[in-house]
Amino acid sequence: MENLSTLIHLDYTLMIVGIGAALLGSVSGALGTYAVLRRQSLLGDAISHAALPGIAIAFLLTGSKTPLILVLGAAIAGWLGTLLIMSIVRLTRIKYDSALAIVLSTFFGFGLVLHTLIQRTGNANQAGLDTFLFGQAATILARDVLTIGILGGIALIVMLIFWKELKLLVFDEGFAASIGLPIRALDILLTSLLVIAIVLGLQAVGAVLMSAMLVAPAVAARQWTNRLRLMVFLAACFGALAGVSGTIISSTMSRIPTGPTIVLCATVVVGLSIAFAPNRGLVWNRIRQQRHRHGLKTAADGLLKQSQQRSE
Amino acid sequence: MHEHLDIQLIAIVTAVACALPGVFLVLRRMTLMSDAISHAILPGIVLAFFLTESLSSPLLILAAAGTGVLTVLFVELLQRTKLVKEDAAIGLTFPALFSIGVILISRFAGNVHLDMDAVLLGELAYAPLNRLQAFGSDLGPVSLYVMGTILVLNLIFILVFYKELKLVTFDASLAAALGFTPTLIHYGLMTLVSVTTVGAFDAVGSILVVALIAGPPATAYLMTDKLSRMLVLSAIIGSVNAVCGYWLASLFDVSIAGAIATMTLFIFGLVFLVVPNRGLIAIARRHARQKWEFAQTMLAIHLFNHEGLPEAAAESAIADLHEHLSWDPVFTTQVVKYALNNRYVSREEAQLVLTEQGRAIAQQALVQ
Amino acid sequence: MEAAEPKAIEVTDLTVAYQDKPVLWDIDLDVPPGVLLSIVGPNGAGKTTLIKAILGLVRPAAGNVLIYNKPYEVQRRIVGYVPQRGSVDWDFPTNVLDVVMMGRYGALGWVRRPGKSERELAMQALEKVGMEAYTTRQISQLSGGQQQRVFLARALVQDATVYLMDEPFQGVDATTERAIVTLLQELRANGKTVVVVHHDLQTVTDYFDWVMLLNIRRIASGPVNETFTPDNLRETYGGRLAFMKTDK
Repeated sequence: MENLSTLIHLDYTLMIVGIGAALLGSVSGALGTYAVLRRQSLLGDAISHAALPGIAIAFLLTGSKTPLILVLGAAIAGWLGTLLIMSIVRLTRIKYDSALAIVLSTFFGFGLVLHTLIQRTGNANQAGLDTFLFGQAATILARDVLTIGILGGIALIVMLIFWKELKLLVFDEGFAASIGLPIRALDILLTSLLVIAIVLGLQAVGAVLMSAMLVAPAVAARQWTNRLRLMVFLAACFGALAGVSGTIISSTMSRIPTGPTIVLCATVVVGLSIAFAPNRGLVWNRIRQQRHRHGLKTAADGLLKQSQQRSE
Repeated sequence: MHEHLDIQLIAIVTAVACALPGVFLVLRRMTLMSDAISHAILPGIVLAFFLTESLSSPLLILAAAGTGVLTVLFVELLQRTKLVKEDAAIGLTFPALFSIGVILISRFAGNVHLDMDAVLLGELAYAPLNRLQAFGSDLGPVSLYVMGTILVLNLIFILVFYKELKLVTFDASLAAALGFTPTLIHYGLMTLVSVTTVGAFDAVGSILVVALIAGPPATAYLMTDKLSRMLVLSAIIGSVNAVCGYWLASLFDVSIAGAIATMTLFIFGLVFLVVPNRGLIAIARRHARQKWEFAQTMLAIHLFNHEGLPEAAAESAIADLHEHLSWDPVFTTQVVKYALNNRYVSREEAQLVLTEQGRAIAQQALVQ
Repeated sequence: MEAAEPKAIEVTDLTVAYQDKPVLWDIDLDVPPGVLLSIVGPNGAGKTTLIKAILGLVRPAAGNVLIYNKPYEVQRRIVGYVPQRGSVDWDFPTNVLDVVMMGRYGALGWVRRPGKSERELAMQALEKVGMEAYTTRQISQLSGGQQQRVFLARALVQDATVYLMDEPFQGVDATTERAIVTLLQELRANGKTVVVVHHDLQTVTDYFDWVMLLNIRRIASGPVNETFTPDNLRETYGGRLAFMKTDK
């Protein structure tokens, strides 16, 4: 009986972790779609790294380790980083990639300085930084799931409310402006949603791998459909799938960290999609090319036969 | 004091070695490739480490550099399928490879001396501890020799292929037409970036190496137009960041690599603000100055365009000018005052009339 | 024509500068209702900027734009816009019908989704441009001409009175070009005003009844037969117009 109860308990923990990972995966998958479509796939990488000083400052100011406060700090720093990237691109001749690289690495470095400062005062342990870097999906609690569910749910609902406006913004900004949509405000909204997805996802996979959670589900989903609606839905599903399967694999095998496993699961989904998705996939394309070649050949043969018959 | 000097020397050599290839990455808009490479080489390092059990063996550097080049190749292959755009291809590739590296480490290297913090963050403070001994005497820290060699390699590559690099950077198609095979130069550069990244790993880790590669060249790019000057400036800025970062770190007893990155941001921000011509302050001042000049030219052209036409009287009435031009009335009054002072226009009753000088200004502006 | 008829578009003393560089100098342009006007000028003459300034997409340094006597912000609903085809990513995951329905977003307002009536309007517009067979086609699988027709259909469902089109003939096949011209003339016949940024000087007299010659400043504007003269063209293009002389 005791064995059974530990088993049930273990399953309960695993279930919570699984639900948490699934929620995180679906939120970042759905919102990552927009980042990929706007060719800002690596903005997520910058935001997630830039979040570190925000977390450190939030801790230094409040002395609290409440997830919500740290998430808030992360979000503000991520936001400032994005703003700085955009200003550098707008005001100087430095291009987007360099601006992004500078903000990503130097914000992170500044965060590291603050972190060592906190460490020295003996307020925090090393685990804090490791969590930030690699996430800690395995320790997600029911309380965290609630936070993720509420914040992520709000982000997704806002995305649905402004569905057609955001779609038009991403597809054709000029036209969107011409019919009177407030481009700036929508841009800020979309970036904010992305920031929410990222700071939530930090808990699961950490800063280093966060960009994969935004990019991989969306890229996989893009191969299966030509409709935005379906793409967002599929990306959410793939994100959830990667989250759950990564959690299960890492919990059943010893010494396999959760975050990287989730990322590898997402990468496998991308690989399969790129290879086998109908219409766009590589295998499909190969078959179509061969059929096309075959078709050309039969047509040519037919013509040849005709002309031979005629000449006879 | 000896230790202080060693660390600063290592920091400077590393910073310069990173900044030189970084110049070409910044100019070719490929900075993010260095971010990808620095993460993606992890599995290469881990595998080579299993084989050699040493973090500074040349084999390790070669293996990692190979993985770096493979990463570049893989990103390009993904792009070539036309199913994935470049940014997404990078965003897919490096986390996957990095994940493999992390899993390899935690699964098989649990107790071996290779921990994730060292890989990601590096620790410059430990760098001088591993010393090169020969003939019973201490020749200095190993990493100084490693980074020194890499720096010399980078210098040689850039000096030998300077002309080719320049051409490929600014006009890849012309370079191809002249038979310089941009691909070869491209992969040569990427190999260098990979080697440099691995070398810098020990000191600053895989995230902050990006600051060394992108920071100084981007800062220098704000200061000069000449490639050669940009290379020299990048090296100087990189060294300044390294030394200042080091002293900042010792002062507050914090992470040296982190402090160097912080200095990189600070110096970049400073230059961004104050550099002549391209800095924020210069731009703002120029705008303020040109605002009035530009407005007077606009006024002159406005009058010129309507000169001698039936509507001229209405268009040049001083009282209505602000309505025609949709300017703020106060602003309009000020512009008219300046234009009168400069004798671009003269007042004839309630109307403004162009002077010869004003007409010349309008014509000149329109011809440009 | 009535004497007091309002202008469809009235641009007065419009100057636009990007940072310190002037792109348009003191432009005046009156477009009467019901004309088909082409804006012609060399590269970098500010043609696209003029369209964008009329649409309020760039902020002018001076001057004013009125659509039927009122500012653009008020008149948005009666203005249709066809951006340059190259300005969007055609690999975006959407299909033809969906893009055309975007033309109704302005009328729909916030939050409301396009429904059955929008779908019907979109279908009608697609029939008008001869694209009704492609409704569910992914937009990346269209030819350049077909993409341009989709953009035109999107503008048509805006059901506007004034249309602004940025290079609708850019990179389209001959059939599409004919179809677009027919469509433009139909629009004019229905009393709409159409402003088109145009590149091909040879077809100006055939396709349009008004023309504006632009090169940073307005060289001339008015009915084609009065305005499209060798002198004006020479002034617009400078010395770069040798081929026209042999033509005339």
